[in-house]
Amino acid sequence: MPEVVVENVHKSFGALEVLKGVSLTVGRGEVFALIGRSGSGKSTLLRCMNGLEKINSGRIEIAGHALGGDAKTLRSLRADVGIVFQSYNLFPHLTVGENIMLAPRIVKGATRPETQQIAREVLQLVGLAEKFDSYPDQLSGGQQQRVAIARSLAMRPKVMLFDEVTSALDPELTEEVLMVMEQLARDGMTMILVTHEMSFARRVATQTIFMHKGTIWEAGPSRELFANPQTPELRQFVKSDVK
Amino acid sequence: MTLRTFGFDEFGFLLQALHWTLLLTVIALIGGGLLGFAVALARTSSVQAIRFAAGTYIQVIQGIPVLMILFLSYYGLSLAGFELPPLFAAGASMTIYTSGYLAEIWRGCIQAVPKQQWEASESLAMTRLQQYRYVVLPQAGRISLPPTVGFAVQVVKNTSITSIIGFVELARAGQLINNATFQPFRVFIAVAVLYFVVCYPLSQLSRWLERRLHA
Amino acid sequence: MSYTFQFGVVAQYQDEILTGIWLTIKLSVLSIILGSAAGVVLASMRSIQGGTVRFLVDAYVEIIRNTPFLVQLFIVYFGLPGLGLRVGADTAALIGMTINLAAYSTEIIRAGIEAVHKPQIEAGEALGFTRFQIYRHVVIVPAIAKVYPALCSQFVLMMLASSICSAISTHELAASAAFVESQTYRSFEIYIVVTLIYLALALALRAGLALVGMWLFGRRVARQAMTVLPEVPA
Repeated sequence: MPEVVVENVHKSFGALEVLKGVSLTVGRGEVFALIGRSGSGKSTLLRCMNGLEKINSGRIEIAGHALGGDAKTLRSLRADVGIVFQSYNLFPHLTVGENIMLAPRIVKGATRPETQQIAREVLQLVGLAEKFDSYPDQLSGGQQQRVAIARSLAMRPKVMLFDEVTSALDPELTEEVLMVMEQLARDGMTMILVTHEMSFARRVATQTIFMHKGTIWEAGPSRELFANPQTPELRQFVKSDVK
Repeated sequence: MTLRTFGFDEFGFLLQALHWTLLLTVIALIGGGLLGFAVALARTSSVQAIRFAAGTYIQVIQGIPVLMILFLSYYGLSLAGFELPPLFAAGASMTIYTSGYLAEIWRGCIQAVPKQQWEASESLAMTRLQQYRYVVLPQAGRISLPPTVGFAVQVVKNTSITSIIGFVELARAGQLINNATFQPFRVFIAVAVLYFVVCYPLSQLSRWLERRLHA
Repeated sequence: MSYTFQFGVVAQYQDEILTGIWLTIKLSVLSIILGSAAGVVLASMRSIQGGTVRFLVDAYVEIIRNTPFLVQLFIVYFGLPGLGLRVGADTAALIGMTINLAAYSTEIIRAGIEAVHKPQIEAGEALGFTRFQIYRHVVIVPAIAKVYPALCSQFVLMMLASSICSAISTHELAASAAFVESQTYRSFEIYIVVTLIYLALALALRAGLALVGMWLFGRRVARQAMTVLPEVPA
C-alpha cells in the first residue's frame, strides 16, 4: 500500500517552472533518496509534499491525506508527516525538552507527563537523553539536527521528509546524524530525503531518484542506479560527486 | 494677587503634577500597547486588505502632529456628546499616538523572527495562532524590549502636549507656577530637570537592554 | 447626533490658513538646514576631539533628548528674557526647533560615523589624502549617506512637532487653526482639515527630502528615504 503518491505535479515560481510533471509512489517503509544538482527541483518537490510550497497542478497524497484541502486538512496531514530542514530551525527560546514537547502538547492535546515521556523516549533514540534541559545554542550543529529529528518524531509521524539535513554540517557531525537516520530506516520509517550524500543514498535508500531540469530523469533501486547509470547526465553527476 | 517665589511648596506642586505625567504615560503605554499590538498583528496578517488597512493607520498616525490627535480627540469627544474632564481626551490621544508608533516598532520585531521559525512550527501542524503564541511572539518580545523602552521616553515627553488643552500635568503645572511667580527660567528649568530625571534612566535602560541583546 | 458638519466655513479663512502653512514651512526648512548643519559639526567635533568636547556634546544631546520640546520652547521664550535676551515668538520657535533638531541629528550622525569602518580611514591615509580630506570624503559623507533615511524621519517629526510652537503664540499652522476655531466654533471641521494639511506636508517633505537625497547621495539612498513604511511580504 503506497504511503506517498505524487502524480504529474507542476510547480512554478513566477515564470520559472521548477517541477514539470513529476510522479512517484513510495510504499510503506521504503526510503527514497532524491538527488540532483541544485536547481533541479528536488527540494521544491519535498517542500510541496507537506504544503510549504503550493503546487500549480497535479495531485499529492501522503499518509492518507490529500494536499489542497482547507487549513484543517493540511494540519492533520502535517501532524502525520515530519520534516527536518538543513538549518535545524529549533526554537531558540525553548530548551531541548520544551522544543520536543511543544507540538504534541498543543497540537495533539497530550498531557505534560505524556509529552515528557515521549520527549525522553525520542531523545534516547537520537542519543541525546542528557541534553533535555539544554538550550539549542549550547549544542553542536550535529546535536541540534538530531534534536530536530527527535522533535519531528515526537509527533509519531507516518512519513519523514529530510531536506539536505547534513549540508550545513562538518563530516564528523554529518556521520552522527546519518547514523540516526539509518536507524530510523531500519526501524521501518517511510522516508524521503533530499541529499548530497551519495554513499548514504546507495547504502540506505531503497530507491534513488535523479532529478534534472524539473523532471525525474532517472529512477530505480539505489544499487543498480549508482552501479549502472543509463543517462549521460546521471553518469556525469555521479562521477563529479566522487570526492 | 501677591507675588510668590518658587520655593518648596511650588516644587511640591510640580512633584504632584509629575504623578499625572506618569499616570498618563502608563495609560498611553497600556492602551497604546494593546491597540498597537493588534495593529502590528494586522500588519503581518496573511490577508492583504488587513495589512493595507493597518499600514494606512500607521502611516496616518506617523504623518500628523500629536497635537492634532489631541485636538481631534478633545473636540471629537465633546462633539459626540461627552462632557468629560481633559484626562479622557488626553488619555485617548496619547493612546492613539502610542499605538501608531508601537505597531510599527513591533511589526519590525515580528518580522525579524526568521521565516524558518514559521516554517518549522507550521510543519509541526500548529495553527497560525499557536505559531504566534508559542514560537514567534516570545522571540519577537525579546527583540522588542529595547526599542519599546526607548519609545516610552518619547511618550513621557509628549504627554507634555496635553497641557495645551488644560490637563494639569508637569508642563502645565510649570506654567501655572510661572503665572504666579514670574520666575520662568527657574520654574521651567526645574520642570525640565524633573522630566530628565524620569527620561534619562529610561534611555539608559534602553541602551543597556540593546547592548545585552547583542552581547 | 444632530451635529451637521460645515466644512464651507473653513474655506472662508483660506488666507489665514495659508499664512500658517507658510510659516510652518519656513520654520521647518530653516530648522532642518541649521539643525542638521549643527549636527554634522557637533558629531564631527566629538569624534575628532574626544575629552571635554565629547563630554559637552554628549551632555547637550542627552539633555535635549530627555526633555520635552514644549518645555525647551518655554525656556527659550519665557526664560531667556529673564536673562536679558528677549526674542519674538517666531524667533523663539526657530531657536527651539534648531536646538532640538541639532541634538537628534548629532546622535544620528554619530551612529553613522561609528558605523564607518576603520579600514576605510586607513585606506584613505594610504592614498595620501590630508586628514581633512579623509574626514570629509571617507567618514562624514558615507556616514551621512548611511543614516540619511533616519535623518529624514527625524526632519518629518520636527515639522510635525512645530505645531507645538503654537503654545508660545508662534502663528504657524496649528495656531491658525486655533484662530479659525475661535472665530467659527467649527472646531472639528477645522482640525480635520488642518490635520490633512499636515499629512500632505509630511508626504511632500518626504518627497522633497528624497529628491535632495538623490542629488546628494544617489538613487538608492533616496528610495530608502522615501519609504515611509517598508512593504510587508505575506
